[in-house]
Amino acid sequence: MTAYLLKRLAIALATLVLASMVVFAVLEILPGDPARLMLGMNASADQVELLRNQMGLNAPLVLRYLHWAGGLLSLDFGRSYTYSVPVIDLVRERLAVSLPLALIALALSTIIAVPVGLYSASRRGRAGDTISMGVAQLGVAVPNFWFALMLIYVFAVWLRLVPAGGFPGWSAGAWPALKSLLLPAVALALPQAAILARVTRSALIEILNEDYIRTARAKGLPYRAVLWRHALRNAMIPVLTILGLQFAFLLAGTIIIENVFYLPGLGRLVFQAITQRDLIVVESVVMLLVAAVIAVNLVVDLSYAVVDPRLRSRQ
Amino acid sequence: MSLLEIENLSLTIGDTPILKEIELSVAPGEIMGLVGESGSGKSMTALTVMRLLPHAARATGRVTFDGIDILAATEDQMCALRGDDIGMVFQEPMTALNPVKTIGEQVAEGIRWHTRASRADAEERARKMLDRVGLPSAKFPLSRYPHELSGGQRQRVVIAIACALKPKLLIADEPTTALDVVLQAQILDLLRDLVAESRMGLLLISHDLAVVTEMADRITILRHGEVMEAGDTASTLSGQLHPYTRQLAQASMHVPARAKPHLVGTDQPLLQVEGITRDYPGRRTSLFRRAPAIRAVDDVSLSMAPGQSVALVGRSGCGKSTLARMILALDRPSSGAIRFRGEAITGKSEAELKPARRDMQVVFQDPYGSFDPRQKVEKLVAEPLHVLEKKPTRAESREMVAHALHEVGLDQRDMDKYPHEFSGGQRQRLSIARAIITRPKLVVADEPVSALDVSIRAQILDLFAGLNQKLGIAYLFITHDLTVARAITDEVLVMHEGKIVERGKTNDVLDHPQSEAARALVAAAPDLHRAIAKRMQEQG
Repeated sequence: MTAYLLKRLAIALATLVLASMVVFAVLEILPGDPARLMLGMNASADQVELLRNQMGLNAPLVLRYLHWAGGLLSLDFGRSYTYSVPVIDLVRERLAVSLPLALIALALSTIIAVPVGLYSASRRGRAGDTISMGVAQLGVAVPNFWFALMLIYVFAVWLRLVPAGGFPGWSAGAWPALKSLLLPAVALALPQAAILARVTRSALIEILNEDYIRTARAKGLPYRAVLWRHALRNAMIPVLTILGLQFAFLLAGTIIIENVFYLPGLGRLVFQAITQRDLIVVESVVMLLVAAVIAVNLVVDLSYAVVDPRLRSRQ
Repeated sequence: MSLLEIENLSLTIGDTPILKEIELSVAPGEIMGLVGESGSGKSMTALTVMRLLPHAARATGRVTFDGIDILAATEDQMCALRGDDIGMVFQEPMTALNPVKTIGEQVAEGIRWHTRASRADAEERARKMLDRVGLPSAKFPLSRYPHELSGGQRQRVVIAIACALKPKLLIADEPTTALDVVLQAQILDLLRDLVAESRMGLLLISHDLAVVTEMADRITILRHGEVMEAGDTASTLSGQLHPYTRQLAQASMHVPARAKPHLVGTDQPLLQVEGITRDYPGRRTSLFRRAPAIRAVDDVSLSMAPGQSVALVGRSGCGKSTLARMILALDRPSSGAIRFRGEAITGKSEAELKPARRDMQVVFQDPYGSFDPRQKVEKLVAEPLHVLEKKPTRAESREMVAHALHEVGLDQRDMDKYPHEFSGGQRQRLSIARAIITRPKLVVADEPVSALDVSIRAQILDLFAGLNQKLGIAYLFITHDLTVARAITDEVLVMHEGKIVERGKTNDVLDHPQSEAARALVAAAPDLHRAIAKRMQEQG
């Protein structure tokens, strides 16, 4: 188990270093001079050169990489060219929206998907299965912003239970902040739940054909007990894999939903930074997401080992 | 009164009739053997008694267990019976246990479910049961996981689960088919003891007539879902009045007619294996440490003449498949040398191996798993042709495939079919056609008939014998089945824990085994003649 853990950890760290090099290199190759951008088109070449020196843009490539990577380690991401504030402040502010949103959406998607998958798998081929999988198919096909608009119409405009958009900030209290995240979380969760339910169902159906399910039935366990005690845990591996992927998507791939609900999230930050060529912000957020994805994968790998004893004893 | 009484049982799945008017009974303390070839309905009969049939199955007739009408019982009643009064053991021990639960949990689960015992009580009973089936607590604590056990040990766990609550009836569906003969003998002994201890009825299902004859008091022979013959084991098998019974018995004892060993100029050996050893790195115990290496093959030397047929026998895990892989140059020995037709094949590149690959081919055990289901026979059988020096044209290739199919007794029109259109025996013919298409000098066959029914197996053995005579192909048969070795080989090598412990003429070794390993194999091997003779004495 320790060997497995250490190996996974080493792989995660190596991936992180490699990814930081790629991110740094790509942004180096991209055309556009940040100093020129900050000073505007009317600045003289001398002024640009001065700023380039100040920003350290003229130092050798390796030195600049080390400086940048060292900064990342001490959470010093540099200053945004356009906002002229430390990037870390921007990111912290946006994460306060995006992270809770992603977590709520993920939790919702799991809570919806696993029972639906269990139900469908246990009534395979019957009406209940056909209907719930039909609904899931619809959930996969319909884009989440459409759900978002429908949710706004019903819960915000019609029932007036929650605000239609905007984010009051956590300083306004936990409940108002949570309330404004509720609809976007549901809109994000529904398509994810649809995918997850289908994965859960097919994983379970495969497991239900295994010999050890028959052994469990021959012990006298009723079908439902077999499903919960024997099938579900074995079906967890594909489900955990999808959950890991979904978390990464929910953290940064939510730009459309953030726009629909006017949420100041990470997705919008990246989008704005790209259009304004605020490369240092782009770099930092991309690195942050890379780190998050790697961390989630690490957690997923470790949970495989918790679920499956065979992984614990292998390396 | 009978414990289990099956009367006039018919079963259909969808529109396909599976069982027709089956009659069968098991008394307390009695062993009933249910014999038949694959597809004869043996397992479906067992699953009907357990009421674990596929959804689309419809059963009519009457199944009475201990006074309960099984076909009319509710699901709750069945759940109360299963695992408590009726236990079941399945064929494939490697997959019959849940990989994420400990053996203790899995044995205790049924006990807890039926008796509402506390966890501690149930675990104590599970512990006793595991001790009883030969898994003592010192080596097999309850916290072991299935993947930490061998096939034979897992089958013991499955038996412990089935017998944990002292059922009145145990159904064992091919309980030893996946095990080697020594393990088979141990498991059969265990089942016999459990029957004797608590007057449990045992319905023993097997395709192996010798196993059933050794075990069963009475026997029911099934074919195409119908009972062919039923009665006392001794009289049924000694009389062999029913033609199908006779056919089965003869097929199980079939020895292909072979003329003198086909030796083609013995001046140069075909294959020489000199002191090869194969070590596998041990398990990593921490980041920097490994357990000592495992020696799968230990200083093995052997030599085969052209056209010679040699058996490599041994228990599962003795290293015989590893040895075969190295001979086929699919794995590299850690040390030692292998010479094929005088040329060293160890340490050569794939390109340099091409001529050798042309002259040695392989036939695997599982005719289902060794073909790509999406390719036509023409392409599958022509696969080895890429090792020929000159790539044949399409027409030449078709010609060669047609010829190879003809030689294995298939029609040349079969080349445009897909593998699923063939039966198990026909598929094994296809893999033999694939093996002989390059006119090899050596064919390595890894348990080539152990997945086949006895009558098909007799045909395939005949085919191997015929090709040996006709084409002068030498065979290396890897098997744990001594009847196969006896039927078709001139010489036998007995392998045990990586070493060859005995070698000699097949009949000499099998009749008078010297080494302990060989004696154990011979003693454990079921033999129909011997079993019938013993039954005759017992049952008069």
